[in-house]
This record gives sequence, structure tokens and C-alpha cells, in this order.
Amino acid sequence: MRKSLYFLLIAPGVLLLAVFLFYPLVVILMPTFQERGLSLGRYFAFFSDAYYLKILARTIRIASIATLVCMIFGVPTAYFISRRGKRMKSFLMAVSIFPLLTNSVVRAFAWINILGRNGVVNTLLLKWNLIDEPITLLYTDFSVLIGTIYLFLPLMLITLVGSMDNIEEDVTEAAESLGASRLLAFLKIVLPLSLPGILVGGTLVFTGAITAYTTPNLLGGNKNMLLATLIYQRAMSLSDWTGAGVIAFVMIVMTVAAVKLMQGAAGRLDRR
Amino acid sequence: MGKRKQYGLAFFSILVFLFLAVPLFIIAATAFGEASTIRFPIKGFTLKWFAAIFASRSFMSSLRLSFALALLVGIPAAYALSKTQFRRNAFLRSFFLSPTFVPGIVVGYALFQFLVIKLRMPVFAGLLTGHFLVVLPYIIRVVGASLEQFDFSIEEVAWSLGCDKGQAFVKVVLPNIASGIVAAFMLAFINSFNNIPVSMFLTGPGVSPLPTTLMTYIEYSYDPSVSAISVLLMLTTIVLMFIVEKTLGIGTLAK
Repeated sequence: MRKSLYFLLIAPGVLLLAVFLFYPLVVILMPTFQERGLSLGRYFAFFSDAYYLKILARTIRIASIATLVCMIFGVPTAYFISRRGKRMKSFLMAVSIFPLLTNSVVRAFAWINILGRNGVVNTLLLKWNLIDEPITLLYTDFSVLIGTIYLFLPLMLITLVGSMDNIEEDVTEAAESLGASRLLAFLKIVLPLSLPGILVGGTLVFTGAITAYTTPNLLGGNKNMLLATLIYQRAMSLSDWTGAGVIAFVMIVMTVAAVKLMQGAAGRLDRR
Repeated sequence: MGKRKQYGLAFFSILVFLFLAVPLFIIAATAFGEASTIRFPIKGFTLKWFAAIFASRSFMSSLRLSFALALLVGIPAAYALSKTQFRRNAFLRSFFLSPTFVPGIVVGYALFQFLVIKLRMPVFAGLLTGHFLVVLPYIIRVVGASLEQFDFSIEEVAWSLGCDKGQAFVKVVLPNIASGIVAAFMLAFINSFNNIPVSMFLTGPGVSPLPTTLMTYIEYSYDPSVSAISVLLMLTTIVLMFIVEKTLGIGTLAK
């Protein structure tokens, strides 16, 4: 292909992204580095504010626990899916993909119905006389955590099934015929071979969890804010635009750092 | 001994699938309840949410335009990227995918500042731009993947038989990547319709996508009719999944 034609085909996309994605990003991020000249003052202020630090810590805590739980739930289940026959496998994949394609508002609403004061859990506990009055489950860190796990488990499953499909069944059969138990074969063969998939899935869940908006907004309420809900509140309710920019930059740095860490770890695995 | 472990795995997996499925079943069940208390949330069946879908018609038309624009920009770029072996291709590819790396809430806020506050763009144009950014990576990725499987020697045959480059592209290349374009459309539609952080910052009165309207509604009061609309959204998902399964196989959505 001639170079001029190549550039002609590429240019519109590059131009539109530059004008409508990168320029607006610069516009919101520039003021965060200025305070009577170039300065990191706003970032020092952010990281020394107890309220912000609490929200930052909560965001990281919930994202980390959600990632871990998704791994614990996801690895055995994905292994189960990847070892089924063709028809069963596509059925189970459809069951996993369906929640992923269902709107996140609907998925959060499902948990409002389950965890709310008059929700399923409280109704059952009252009926069985285990509690005397409804317990508070909704609008807590717990409800945000459950909603986040529910939101990202399908993503973990799909990523893991993709990487476990590449593991030949012969390999585990060989291990078993050499005397390893099924569990040992799983731990020594399947787990190490699917480690790259687990890393990718984990990164997707973690970065998704620190940036998700709908779930913390609907299940956390005003008292249990995360960084994403904090940005929206700063920008739209308080018109604190530089404040929102600072949080946006912190969020971008965290996302990039998580991805880089994962790539570094994956590179290590490759070399081994 | 080995057999028992297998049962354990099956049991654990079934529990995980129940965790995934039960909440959505509960919603579906509540949508058809008749009692007036929130415990069986929904009194009769309201049609007002269907009205909400029609009210967001102008959102739908902006979504369609976003997709058309993304196709116009995305297909040539994907074509150029797959036809050449330049070293900067890898960089350009990740540049085109960059909207997916920036957190949605940040994209939404940046566009709000630039389009709404600075340029004072009308709501329709703002949504169009925002969803163009959401949709473009899917076009580049999915159409790019089907171009990679395309045998370009067929295109060369068309040239040697007298087609000029444009004719060959329209008559030979495009029909061959049609299934990729359909898949890209499905993925793009689902993701753009469900993308709340971007829509939320850019909507205005009357031009609001249904999920965003629904979220604002639930924030203040969730009355049982929300279940009904949830079922409606889930049915839409099932129909889309069915179409994708019939045209390309459900595995495409996992990529």
C-alpha cells in the first residue's frame, strides 16, 4: 500500500481521537498541576486529606478483595466449564456471558432487592426467627463488595476459560497415570499453566472495580463512596473541577500501574 | 478417590452458577408479582417504562449515528493496519484502542468539560461524540480480526480482472468481512447502550438513554416497576445473544 493512501485511511481516526479524547483529557488534567505556577500541591493536598485517603483505601480494599474472590470462585468453575463437552460448554458460556451483557443498573438493582430492609435475605431470616428486626446490609461496604464481585465474576470466568481451553487434557491425564491425584494434577499442572489467564483476568477485575460507577453509586449510597462516585460528586454536585481532575489522574495512574504490574509479572512467567 | 474430587468440583461450580443466576431470576419473578408491598415488588404491570424507551428515541438515533461514524472512520483504519507491516502499526493499534484504557468515568467527565462546558455542544452532538469513542475500539478490534483472516490475494485477483481499488474494496473485501461488522455492531451496541459513566455526563432533558434514566430513578426511589423494565432489558440481551449465536457463535462475544 502506498504511504500516502495509508496515512489518508488512518488520519481521520487519529485526528478524532486526538481532538475528542486526548485534548479533553489534557484540559481536565492541566489545571491539577497548576497552583501559582507548576506545582504538585493539589496532589499533596489530596494525599494528606483524611477523608480522601479513606475513600482511596476503601476503593483499593474493595477492588482487591473482589479480585481475590473472583479468582477463588473463577478458577475451579472455569476449569469445570473448559472440561465439558461442546454443547454443555457453549450453554455454560452463555450462562456466564448473559450477566455480563445485562445492564449494570439491573444487576445492582437485583442486589438491592436481595439485601434491602425488606429484601429476600431479611425476609427469610425473619421468617426463620433468626433475627428480630431487619439487619442493615444495603448501603454498606459489604453490599458494594458483593455487587462488585457479581459485576466482574463473569469477566473472570470468560478470560479463564479462554486460557484453560489451551491446556491439553493429555497433560493432566499423563500426570494422573503417573500417580498424581486429581487435585495434585490440578495444582501442579493446570494452575501454573493458567497463571497468565489468571493474571489477565485479575487485572481486568481490579481495574474495572476501581473505576466502576453504577455499583458503588446504587449499593453504597453517599456514606460509602469510592473514587468513581467521588469524581461525579466533586464535578457535578460541588463544581470542584480541579478536584475532580486530581481524582481522575489518580485513577488513571492506578489503572496504568495495575496493567504494567501485570505485564511485568507475565513477562517474568514467560522467561521462566 | 478421583471421582469424588470431580463431584466436589461440579458442586462448587453449580454454586457459582447459582450465584450468577439467582439474583436475575429474583428480579424476573418480582416483575410479575401482584402484591402491593415491596416484598413482592410490583403492583400489576405498568407500561410507563415502555414509554420511557420511546422517549429515549433521540438517544437511539444518536447511537446509530455514532456507530455509522465509527464504521466510516474505523473500517479504513483497520484495513490500512491489516494491509501493511509498518513497525508503528502496533503503536497505532493501541492508540485506536486507547478509549478502552481510560476509565469510563474519566472519559465522561473530560467530555463533559470539553464538549458541554467549553464548546457548548448540543446534547445530541455530545452523546454522538461520546459514544463514537466508546464504539470505535470495538470496530477496530473485531473488524481488524476478521480482516486478518481475509485472504488478500482474492482482492488482487479483482484488481487484475479490472476492478479499481475502490470497486475491489466494496465488491470483494466488504462482503467478506460482513460477519465481522455485524459482530462489531452487536458488541458496540451492547457496550454503548450499557455505558452509564459516559452517557450520564452528556445527557440532557429528553435525550437520556434508558439505563441512565433508570439509574437516576433508583437513586431516589425504587418502586417495583423497575423490575418490569429490568426484565425488558434482560429480554433485549437474550434477543441480541440469540442473533449473535445464529450469525457468528456466542464465542465471539468472549473475545
